[in-house]
Amino acid sequence: MNFSALLGQILAILFALVLAPLLTGWVNQCRAWLQNRRAPPLWQPFFLLHKLFAKEVVLAHHASSLFRSAPYIVLCCMVLACAIIPTLSTDLPFAHAADTIALVGIFGLARLFIALAAMDVGTAFGSLGARREMLIGFLAEPALLMVMFTTAMISSSTSLTTIVETLAHRDFIIYPSLAFAGVAFSFVSFAENARVPVDNPATHLELTMIHEALLLEYSGRYLALLEWAASLKLYAYSCLGLALFFPWGVAANDDIFGLIAAAPVLVAKLALGGALLALIETINAKMRIFRVPEFLATAFLLAVLGLLVRILLESNG
Amino acid sequence: MNALLLDGLLGAILAWFALGLLGPFLAMQPQRQKFIPYVFIAGALVALVVAGLGLFSLWEAQRLLPQTRILPLGLPGLPFHLRLDALSSVFVLLLGFASAGISLYAAGYFRHAAAAAGAPGGLCLAYHLFLLAMLLVLLADDAYGFMVAWEGMALVSFLLVCTDHRHGEIRRAAYLYLLMAHIGAIALLLSFGLLASGGDYTFAAMRTQTHGPVFAASAWLLALFGFGAKAGIIPLHVWLPLAHPAAPSPISALMSGVMLKTAIYGLLRVSFDLLGHSESAWWWGGLALLLGLASALFGVLNSAVQSDIKRLLAYSSIENMGLILLGIGLALIFRAFAMDALAALALTAVLYHCLAHAGFKSLLFLCAGSVLHATQQRSLGRLGGLIHRMPWVSWLALVGVIAGAGLPPFSGFVAEWLLLQGFLFSPGLPHAWLNMAVPITAAAVTLIAALAGFALVKFFGVVFLGQARESALHEAHDAAWPERLGLAWLAVWSVLLGVLPTTVILWIDAATRQLLGGAGLATQLQTKSWWLLAPISAERASYQPLLFLCFIVLCVVLLRWLIHYLAPTHLRHTPAWDCGYHFQNARGQDTAEGFSQPIRRLFAPVFRMRRHFPAPDDAKPHLHIEVEDHFWHLVYLPIARAVDRLAQWIGHLQGGRIAVYLLYSFITLLALLLVARP
Repeated sequence: MNFSALLGQILAILFALVLAPLLTGWVNQCRAWLQNRRAPPLWQPFFLLHKLFAKEVVLAHHASSLFRSAPYIVLCCMVLACAIIPTLSTDLPFAHAADTIALVGIFGLARLFIALAAMDVGTAFGSLGARREMLIGFLAEPALLMVMFTTAMISSSTSLTTIVETLAHRDFIIYPSLAFAGVAFSFVSFAENARVPVDNPATHLELTMIHEALLLEYSGRYLALLEWAASLKLYAYSCLGLALFFPWGVAANDDIFGLIAAAPVLVAKLALGGALLALIETINAKMRIFRVPEFLATAFLLAVLGLLVRILLESNG
Repeated sequence: MNALLLDGLLGAILAWFALGLLGPFLAMQPQRQKFIPYVFIAGALVALVVAGLGLFSLWEAQRLLPQTRILPLGLPGLPFHLRLDALSSVFVLLLGFASAGISLYAAGYFRHAAAAAGAPGGLCLAYHLFLLAMLLVLLADDAYGFMVAWEGMALVSFLLVCTDHRHGEIRRAAYLYLLMAHIGAIALLLSFGLLASGGDYTFAAMRTQTHGPVFAASAWLLALFGFGAKAGIIPLHVWLPLAHPAAPSPISALMSGVMLKTAIYGLLRVSFDLLGHSESAWWWGGLALLLGLASALFGVLNSAVQSDIKRLLAYSSIENMGLILLGIGLALIFRAFAMDALAALALTAVLYHCLAHAGFKSLLFLCAGSVLHATQQRSLGRLGGLIHRMPWVSWLALVGVIAGAGLPPFSGFVAEWLLLQGFLFSPGLPHAWLNMAVPITAAAVTLIAALAGFALVKFFGVVFLGQARESALHEAHDAAWPERLGLAWLAVWSVLLGVLPTTVILWIDAATRQLLGGAGLATQLQTKSWWLLAPISAERASYQPLLFLCFIVLCVVLLRWLIHYLAPTHLRHTPAWDCGYHFQNARGQDTAEGFSQPIRRLFAPVFRMRRHFPAPDDAKPHLHIEVEDHFWHLVYLPIARAVDRLAQWIGHLQGGRIAVYLLYSFITLLALLLVARP
């Protein structure tokens, strides 16, 4: 570990904290344009965060200390996730702290706390949301791990930085296994980030909501933390997808110029990805909750297929 | 060669025996009964010594182990042989640390509960006999001594299970437990008979023998059956979800946390040590892998749909034992193909999972015990909101839940991480079928881990969070100090195992090296820093839980501080919002059944469900669902009916007339005369 690596690490975290709400704002903007609405400004999420941080907190009588500590833990889990995913450079001191399996574990930990916090107040919608969130969790987590396994086998490492280095600096070969894994990964990301085919982030439609049901009792700074955590999660998943399937442009070594060059590339890739997400959200309808297991089982099967393709067809490569 | 450590453990056995005898002595006079808790505290101190001895022997394994002793006890010509080696040391450590916490907890718990059960002295005696029998199982070095200790363990634990013998249900559970324990013991006896085909029943003699493939396979299959019956591997698991809820909570914790591990110890001992010289086929590992997978999946799905706290935890134990067996299977496969480094990885995962499970499952059972004691309720549907009344128990249970759900940075995750790393290397196997099948097993393992999270969120959320579902719960009280200390001990263990994996793996590496004839992870780990877990190489995979934990804690502290100074807003308490719904009460929350509804719907074929729906015009609608075990109806009840029929058929022979009986004797005599001619 040296100074510039540490600098790169801190830069990556700050970048994530700033860029994540902007990404959410960008997706909302694109969605509005696609739906022929006037779009809110790009920094609307920052206005929201500012407003929520300044507001009074309204806390239910039944809320325990778990309810009040969960937002902090969830946000910190997401920051850690963003810290170990190679966004700007692959020379990250924190990357040794957690590999891909541990990364899935971090998301699991955040999910556990948000689900428990939702059950804490003891309302009908809270426990409904917790149940659905855990349902999606136990279906999506294995699929995500299988995607990770496929990439881990290509680079024979579970360390994210090594995976990205291997994938970014290989000769340009199309791996069929990566195609399967990519589709599976996008399915999982839709489910995990409460995007349209699975959940609608824009409504409080009582009987269909998942993510919003979890946040229902939160207000003020706690809600701000959770909103920020949600955008960080979207950012983390986007960066993970970009790092695994479009890794070109990530700085390999620890020079400052590499970092400076990597930043615009990342922003451009995120902008494209966000627009694509908005497009998919616009042309799809939300599915019934009991169709979600089929959707995620498809993702799981695709991921397993990718793994098998990797083992059977590409094992000499 | 001196055997100081072994002598120390023998001293601990004697101390436990003496403490146990003190129980009935103190119980004879009512005014002396109040000293019984101190006996349990002394037992906890002895357990600490045991844990220390186990740890020290692992630390100095190169220099001090193995140590042997021959006890002048037993039958003439058949003395008990004892031996302490690295494998036993790991499990001695496990027994010591887990029982230290459990005994401390029991000191507080039995003060009330034993008085209610009516036999505090007998309970104290049986409890300490149980501990010493488990220690003897780990130290035995001949089949005779092992079976005596094994049977002693089964009998004493039977007595402990039926502590509260006035309920018919508990008597039935205890009887089933005894029955399964003995069926298993018969298989073990046969297995040892095959292993000792030379006629010498010491483990030392078995170790040096080489068996043919058929012989070795039969002995191993019998051992798998026998130890599987104790470990709760399907289809021999049926006693477990009945016996664990029936026993008092510290006993459930001991049985689940420690006793199930003695079965794993035995299986490891037979597979890797006693059969170490014989050629093992890869299908042993394949079978263990399949059985383990089926048990784990079955266990976790059933655990998610239970409505009884302790039964939920018992099914979760089946899941964990399944995962451990799966790891053993992976290690056997790797060993069969002489991939020793990977076998060491899988075996380390197995031992780590044993240590982790002993910590968090004991912790969760004890928390369930505190809830049971404070509320007299075991049904999830009548609990809720206990975090307000029992903050200590709740927060310590949360540690157990995170560890049990296999989430970082606590103990369960490390075991899972090691196991998944083992799976990731399996494509190197020189066998086409396994090459394909093993990664799919890894997919199932990840599903199991995620489902375990679901089950434990349900457990914690329904019991401790939300609103109290019964008004009596508002009088619930937190656990007393001895209980808190016992719980905290186990929680600290779960955290330490989670954040210091490299140190712990260096401890247990002596056992891995012993079982695999030299292959271990130590050389790889020692070249790295102590906080970095990288079993193969840092480029391949690494995990630094301490950094992980520090980052999250620092981040939370920083964030709180920032918010405290930058956005100091007011906080107002109001009724819950709940989308503006006015009529809120505790019935609005999910019940345990409601929470697990998606599982019942998605995995319907796994359960035997009976639903009772109300008719459309029912004035008092009542919805009711029963979830039962398929194995009961498909395997056990048919066997029981067949035995019944056979008994009835044989019963015809007994007419009750003495003339007929004399005729039987006469016919027997004639037959014998015909056969046994000089």
